[in-house]
Formats: sequence, C-alpha cells, structure tokens
Amino acid sequence: MTNASVLEKPTATAGAAIDCNIDKIYYGKFLAVRDSNIAIEKGKITGFIGPSGCGKSTVLRSLNRMNDLIKGFKLEGNVHFHGQEIYDKGVDPVVVRRHIGMVFQQPNPFSMSIFDNVAFGLKLNRFKGDVEERVQHALTRAALWDEVKDKLKASGLSLSGGQQQRLCIARAVATQPSVLLMDEPCSALDPIATRRVEELMLELKNDYTIALVTHNMQQARRVADITAFFSVDISQGGRTGHLVEVGPTDQIFDAPQEKLTKQYIGGEFS
Amino acid sequence: MAFEASPATPAMAIPSGSDGKPPSLGYNSFEPRALWNLILTLGLWAVAALGATPLLSVLYMLIVKGGARLNGELFTELPPAGFEMGGGIGNAIQGTLVTVAIASLISIPIALFAAIYLAELRPLSRISSVARFLAKVLTGFPSILAGVFVYAAVVLLMGSYSALAGGVALAVLMLPTITLTAEGAMHMVPQRMKDAAIGMGCTNTQVVWSVTLPTALPSIVTGIILAVARVAGESAPLLFTALFSNYWLRNITEPTASLSILIYNFSSMPFDNQIELAWAASLVLVMIVLGFNILSRFIGRPQV
Ligand SMILES: Nc1ncnc2c1ncn2[C@@H]1O[C@H](COP(=O)(O)OP(=O)(O)OP(=O)(O)O)[C@@H](O)[C@H]1O
Ligand SMILES: [Mg+2]
Repeated sequence: MTNASVLEKPTATAGAAIDCNIDKIYYGKFLAVRDSNIAIEKGKITGFIGPSGCGKSTVLRSLNRMNDLIKGFKLEGNVHFHGQEIYDKGVDPVVVRRHIGMVFQQPNPFSMSIFDNVAFGLKLNRFKGDVEERVQHALTRAALWDEVKDKLKASGLSLSGGQQQRLCIARAVATQPSVLLMDEPCSALDPIATRRVEELMLELKNDYTIALVTHNMQQARRVADITAFFSVDISQGGRTGHLVEVGPTDQIFDAPQEKLTKQYIGGEFS
Repeated sequence: MAFEASPATPAMAIPSGSDGKPPSLGYNSFEPRALWNLILTLGLWAVAALGATPLLSVLYMLIVKGGARLNGELFTELPPAGFEMGGGIGNAIQGTLVTVAIASLISIPIALFAAIYLAELRPLSRISSVARFLAKVLTGFPSILAGVFVYAAVVLLMGSYSALAGGVALAVLMLPTITLTAEGAMHMVPQRMKDAAIGMGCTNTQVVWSVTLPTALPSIVTGIILAVARVAGESAPLLFTALFSNYWLRNITEPTASLSILIYNFSSMPFDNQIELAWAASLVLVMIVLGFNILSRFIGRPQV
C-alpha cells in the first residue's frame, strides 16, 4: 500500500515540534505498528483516529518514550523532537518526558491535595518562581479553578471523574511542556465535561503543541487541525497497525484520498 | 413499550403481577429466604459472642486483679525484693519500650528498603521471589528460635545479655511482617498513578519517593504498628537476649527488664505482692498492645 508520506512530507519540515518516522514497533515478537510517518506541527492539534488496536496509543506513547517501560518494546525508525533524535543513546528519557507531557485515558491524580497535584511537576523541576501563582494559572487554564479554589487542600481523588481529568490536564500544563500528548482524554467524561476539555485544548494550542488520540470522530473534527488515520491489517496473519493517511482535518473527512479512510469515515468499517 | 406479562405459572414463588394486581414489594418475614437470613444472622452473632468471650474475660480478669495497683508508683518504682511491700514495674516498662524502639529502628529501614526492592525495583526477579518466600516462612518462625539465633549471633559475641540483643531478636521477628505488608501496600498503589509520575518526568527513585511511598504510607504505618504490637508482648526471644534486671536501664549494652519477662518471673513467685505486680504488668502490656492496635485503625483509614 502506498503510504501517505508523499502528502505530509512538505509539512514535515515546516513547523514540526515532533517529527516521527516509525518503521516498526515491536512488543516482543509482535509487530504492533509499521511505516507511520507523522509530523506533529507546532501550535496545532494533531488528531489520531482509527479502529481499536491499530496502534494509536502505541505511536503516541513512543513520542515521549513512555513505552520504554514496557518489556519487549522495540522501535525501529526515529523520532525527532526539535531536530534531536529522542531515541539516541545519550538521551535521557526522563528529560524527554519533562518536555513532552502526557494526559492519560483514565484520570490519574496522585493521592495528595489538589494543590500538590498541580505543584508536583514544579517541585520536580525545582521551579524557583511563584508556585501558587503557577498553580492558579494552570487550574484556571484547565477550567477548574472556580470549582476548586476553596478546597485546594482537599484530596485530588475526592473530585468527580471529569474534574479529576481537568486536574490532570492542569498538572500537565503547570510545568509548561512544549508538547502535550493526550490519549483519549475524554473517554471517561460526560458530554459537557468533554466540551470543556475540548475548549481547553483549543485554547491551549496557542502555546502548546498537542497530539490527541480519540475514538470520537466528531471530536477530531471539532478540534484537530490535522488528522492522522490509522488502520490495522490482519491479512498477513498478525495485527499490524499503520498510518493510512494524514492531512488537514477537513480534507481527511470530506475528501479522503485512501479507500480505507473513506470506508472508516463513512462508517463502513468492519 | 408495553410490558409483556408472561402467563402466570402457579408454581412460581414470586407473585408476578400478571393477574392484574401489582406485585407485592413488601418484606415477607415468613418466606424461606427471610427465615434463613434471620437464622444465619443470629448464628453469626452467637459465634461472634463466643469468639469475644475469651478476650473479654481476660480483660475483665486483668482489670479486676491488676487494676488495684494501677497508680503512679507502678510506673515510677523499681520491682520490690522478696518480702518487701509496694514497688512498681517502672524499669520493665522502660525496658519494653527501649527494646521495641531498638527493634523498630533496626527493622523498619531494612524492611522498607526490602519492600521497595520487592515491589518496585525487581518485582519479578529470582532473588525477589526467593526473598518473598523466605519472608513468608519467617513470619511463622517460632519466636524462641529468633532468641536462640540472636543469643549465638550477638550475646556470645558481645559477651553479655543486653537490651540491644533483645532489640535485635525482636527486629528479626518484625522484619518479615513489615516487609510483606509494605510490599503489599506499595503493590496496591495503582499503576496509573505511577505512570502519571513517569509521564511527568520522574526518575524511578522519584516515583518511589514522591508517589508510591506517600500513597502507601497509611497502610505501611498500619503494618508497622501491628508488628510493634505483636513483638511488644513477646517473651521467648527476650529470655536468651535481654534477660532481666532489677534496676533501671542506663545503657543499651546492659541486660534489661521487660514486661513480659517480669510477668513470667513474678507470677511464679510465692509472694502476693509480686503476683499482684504481675497482674498489673499484664494489664499494662495489654493496654499497650491494645493502644497500638487502635492507633493503627486510625492511621490505616483510607484518606480520600
Ligand atoms: N504492553 C503491551 N504489550 C504487548 N502488546 C501490546 C501492549 N500494548 C499494546 N499492545 C498491542 O499493540 C497493538 C496496538 O495497541 P494500542 O494500545 O496502541 O491500540 P490503540 O489503537 O490505542 O487501541 P484503542 O483505541 O483500543 O486504545 C494491539 O494489538 C495491542 O494488543
Ligand atoms: Mg489506546
């Protein structure tokens, strides 16, 4: 199958915060993802869509080396962050993760106070400035400040699911990483909370670069500037995911180039 | 959508409501299910009462027999000699607290490091599974053997019985319990919290120190307190190590009195005064253990 690389090559060099050229990702002997080249552009939201198990999370997690923790994980190819290869020998994955933050599918606040949750990353980075101001700023950006300003000492776990997710977003933006990876951040949220998080993403993209995995095509359509469609082929016996097509969101939804994309967008996917 | 009532079968125990009347939702106490519930509930209360009887009667005995001597003198005076009247068990209380403190100082750090290794650093390695197995064996280790071991390892080496040796013997008993409970507690910290920390850019050490340990702390402290409560009442391991003393403890390299050994010694003496003191000492010991247990319940509360 011809890859969509022809399409995205011109943009890849322009304002890419992360330039990811994955040849193969293995979990042990299992080939999970092949041939996926995407540029995550600065100041934009890049949406990853595709059927379950096609490797969206795998690709996303390899952008900040979260997959290093998984036994048997092996990546062939390279991932450039501002021109530096993050899988180089001399690169410290811990430092990579401080620049490329992550919001997980399930809200996962620490069992400490709301304030400490947000201040966690600041302490970690030995932030010298005004911690309280930063925490308030982060909570405000995450559209949570008004709800929690009177109970910053309460446990982060005492919040509702949607509030917890916004707390996790506040925690991630407090340290001002240059890229935010979000893996289905709204899957545990109700429509209203989902909308708030989406508004938040749109607001954040002025300062951050965002890569967003979503199962919700409407969501991709609403917030993503660029959409990457992944699929999985089961023909060769295995279940290997790969990038089918990437391009401006309108084009992917209204005028997809690939037949697979057309089928998926049209809801004909098996 | 209309609810399709199935045709009523006469054998059905639950009124289906299909005969036009609304189904009865009231509590029918003569239904077999309700009767069973009643019987089992009563049975459970009976068994619970049976189980609590020995504990409550021991407590009652201790209060009746030892309560009379529960005064200031008991805590501040040294044990009396032969035919003397009065006296207290001050040095035994001191000795028990000191040996338990020494045991805690030795065992808690080692156990915590062991638990961190088992739970976080190399949970699947061979050395971990061997260590875990040995710890489980050690939790059922006869406490007198811990005394014998420390007699050989410390008392003979140092040339005398001592509070320190007693502390080491108790530490041997505390070590596996604390290790295993702390490992379990750290294991209970959800992986997603650890993932969050790693995603923030924590090193492994930072994950353990700033997320895993604080989150697991209430359970770990509970485990420590219960281990302390357990060894505070031990007498066998102290027989060969701390021995006994009729004087205040001035130096941890000296032998020391302890509540459990004092109870053992005094209860077999032919003097009423000493026997009364043994009862009082038992009461104090039980109160210490009970106090630790109650404390652990407060600390172990989930804090959400
Ligand atoms: N830790 C792992 N070990 C082994 N295989 C894994 C691991 N994580 C994912 N996989 C496999 O890699 C493939 C891609 O998984 P991934 O989680 O990236 O899919 P996904 O596109 O995110 O799916 P979903 O939309 O359901 O979250 C799947 O076949 C999955 O079984
Ligand atoms: Mg996923």
